[in-house]
Amino acid sequence: MGEKTKKKVKTIKVDVDKCNGCRACEMICSAFHSVPKYSGNNPARSRIRVIREPLKDIYVPVYAGENAKAECMGRDKYVIDGKEYEECAFCRASCPSRDIFKEPDSGLPLKCDMCESDPTLEKPLCVQWCMVDALTYEEREEEVEEDVKLDDVETGLDSLVAKHGLQKVLDTFARMSQKGAEQPGEK
Amino acid sequence: MRYAETGFNLEIDLSRGNIERVQTDPRLTELYLGGLGTNAKLLWDRVPPEVEPFSPENLLIFSAGLLCGTPATGCNRTIVSTISPQTRLMAFSMMGGFWAPELKYAGYDKVILRGKSPDLVYLWIHNDKVELRDASHLRGKGAGETAELIRKELKEPNAQVAAIGMAGENRVYFASIEQGRSSASRGGIGAVMGDKGLKAIAVRGTKDVNVARPAEFMELCREVLSYIKFRNENPVEGVMAILTGLGSPQEMAVHDEKWHTENFMWGNSRVRRKDFWNDDVKRKWSETLDSARTRLISCYNCPMKCGATLSLPGLPTYMMKCFSKLTYTMAAMSDLEFGLRIAQRATEYGVDGFSAPQVMAFALELYEAGILTDQDMAGMPAGNEERFYWLLDRIVRREGIGDVLANGTYWAAKQIGKGAGAFAHNNIKKHEQLPLKLSMLNPIYFLMYATGEKINITQIEGQFPQAPFPTLEEREAFVKDWFQVPDDKFKQYFLDWELRGEKSMPFYPTVQMCCDIVDWQEKMHYIDDALGMCAGLSSFPLKPPYHIHNYPKFISAGAGIDMDEAKLTQAAKRYRTLVRAINIRRGMRRKDDKPPENHWKKRFPELEKELLDTYYKFKGWNNDGIPTRESLHELGLDDVGDDFLKRGILTDNAECSAQGASTQPEKK
Repeated sequence: MGEKTKKKVKTIKVDVDKCNGCRACEMICSAFHSVPKYSGNNPARSRIRVIREPLKDIYVPVYAGENAKAECMGRDKYVIDGKEYEECAFCRASCPSRDIFKEPDSGLPLKCDMCESDPTLEKPLCVQWCMVDALTYEEREEEVEEDVKLDDVETGLDSLVAKHGLQKVLDTFARMSQKGAEQPGEK
Repeated sequence: MRYAETGFNLEIDLSRGNIERVQTDPRLTELYLGGLGTNAKLLWDRVPPEVEPFSPENLLIFSAGLLCGTPATGCNRTIVSTISPQTRLMAFSMMGGFWAPELKYAGYDKVILRGKSPDLVYLWIHNDKVELRDASHLRGKGAGETAELIRKELKEPNAQVAAIGMAGENRVYFASIEQGRSSASRGGIGAVMGDKGLKAIAVRGTKDVNVARPAEFMELCREVLSYIKFRNENPVEGVMAILTGLGSPQEMAVHDEKWHTENFMWGNSRVRRKDFWNDDVKRKWSETLDSARTRLISCYNCPMKCGATLSLPGLPTYMMKCFSKLTYTMAAMSDLEFGLRIAQRATEYGVDGFSAPQVMAFALELYEAGILTDQDMAGMPAGNEERFYWLLDRIVRREGIGDVLANGTYWAAKQIGKGAGAFAHNNIKKHEQLPLKLSMLNPIYFLMYATGEKINITQIEGQFPQAPFPTLEEREAFVKDWFQVPDDKFKQYFLDWELRGEKSMPFYPTVQMCCDIVDWQEKMHYIDDALGMCAGLSSFPLKPPYHIHNYPKFISAGAGIDMDEAKLTQAAKRYRTLVRAINIRRGMRRKDDKPPENHWKKRFPELEKELLDTYYKFKGWNNDGIPTRESLHELGLDDVGDDFLKRGILTDNAECSAQGASTQPEKK
């Protein structure tokens, strides 16, 4: 087992019952991330989107997460308190099945960065501009074991060796190292 | 590069189906700002007084305000302007919601519609792609229903839709344009939309709106947000509950309706019920509201929750705001449950929540008086509430008596005759007003009612308290942090204002002071309507976050236009005068500048005359209410002066107006 380290976990608590549907979060997110800062405004570029269906009383602020290259094989529909949420309502991915969390011009994926900036902000801007407290910011520290991940890698390699044989895996690994430090999936 | 505005308008000729994207002149933005200001300029330039409201030549303009789409909190209003079929003057109506910012993000400041479509169509604006689409399948559909159907067929859940219901299609003179939780209701602009064969405008935009000096602009926005927070935590003391905070009156949030139900009039603005509110009513009405209301909701980029989603058993969900909560209830002398239920149907039909209930109560009064007969009302059910539903259904379809009532109380009374005119008693300039009847003349309100060309008291009143505070201590406490005043003299006016004695109404505030106060309040409304700011954060409530001192900074940093208080005041005066000029050219005169005859029991004809005389002078108008050539020249409106001269509205002697000016012929 490896040594334990501390990790800061940043969380935005979303209280959908408190959302008033005003989209100030979308507005300020797009302003903050425009270049130069605050020069432009365009909720379509925002990394938070309020999934709104006013007549069904559905308001779900969702943050942009990882980009998914392919659609999900199946879809989920949630019914909560008698309200049926649309497919993908709670999903954070930018993916081919919908047009949110993509730059409207280039189509490149967007991802929430918790308003990382220098100097560091006390809270992400969406939280600062949410005056109805639907969005609140929490920070906590977690202890994590650094090398847990190595075990994961070993498990993965094991299955590759089982499937392709050790030599093939070694050859592939050598070839990948020669190509440089490129991460798979970055291209 | 253009800042805050996009610099482009859409020009749509509905007769030919032609669509053009037209670049606008930035100099006009400096002179008229945007929104209402530039709308007035377009109407002056392009709609001469001979044009009938239902002529293809009439324009229907949907405009975003200058600062809509920027981070300025609460700046989301669409300003719709046209010539009203009811008043036959320039119609003012605005809506909040989400439509105006979306139009800006699509790349346009205004949609200017002319002509008439041969078939019912709707307009779909998606960034650079703009098209007219068939709407025959939407004929007769409710306004909210239409919005949902359009979003579905376009597969655009994020499209914002402004639509008319059956009332607009059938050119009801008080038809509204509905947009989800908001509506542009006053002046019958929905009828003009219907006359043009336009069922809806759907818009979706994914482009940027830029501001000129971002860091400075954001600092201003932050100040506004923190002041809103401060005001929410520190309500104004000494005034009635609904006037303590910001936003529209919080009708969707409050249960206590003692003040409205006991001070506003019931029926056809007739009956005051002084002991109406009691624990039993309070309990029942609270239950009704609590069970119907699913959520308090807001317009774009605004923390105030002035609207609500309402779901009543057996009815589709709809959204409401402000005083429509009580207008149907009180017109029908019924309860809140009835009011909220019929409002659902009325909202889908798309009618003005002030005028429609009053028109129906007026009809029933005429029936009781024997002026409308059983023959006129053939088929009307016996129950009171059923009668309101029946009348509403007839009006929006223009069936039978509904065809007459659909023209509003003024024109309906003319058509009915037999003394019906006396029952259309609550109008200003042919337009139904809030049901208020009071005792002692309030000189400030007299001027506002008489001269407010938005013809609706809530669209001119605001910043100055409605009544004096009883003690000097309370007044001192009020003025202490009253930094919104344009000049410290207003604090003194208020400090000296007493409930009784020498310095009380109607002779105090003095005539001159009344002019100052009214002019200030009106100016703030006109600035809001050019910028697209909600009156609820600016001109309407006491001690608002936006005011004459920070607005110039917002315009400078946002739009990149050099602006200071004097220049902004001058700009607002320019387009306010232009609105007056449009209406003067359409026949409006001093004789039209008056509140309903019975608005106050105690009137002071001499004082009222002096108020009007002095205010007209103050505004740069002659004694008939016509802007003088000198004042027009000062505002750079020489072309207006020339036009007045050419038409004989003014003679070379600026103080005189031509005899018997061409008042609008009344339509049969």
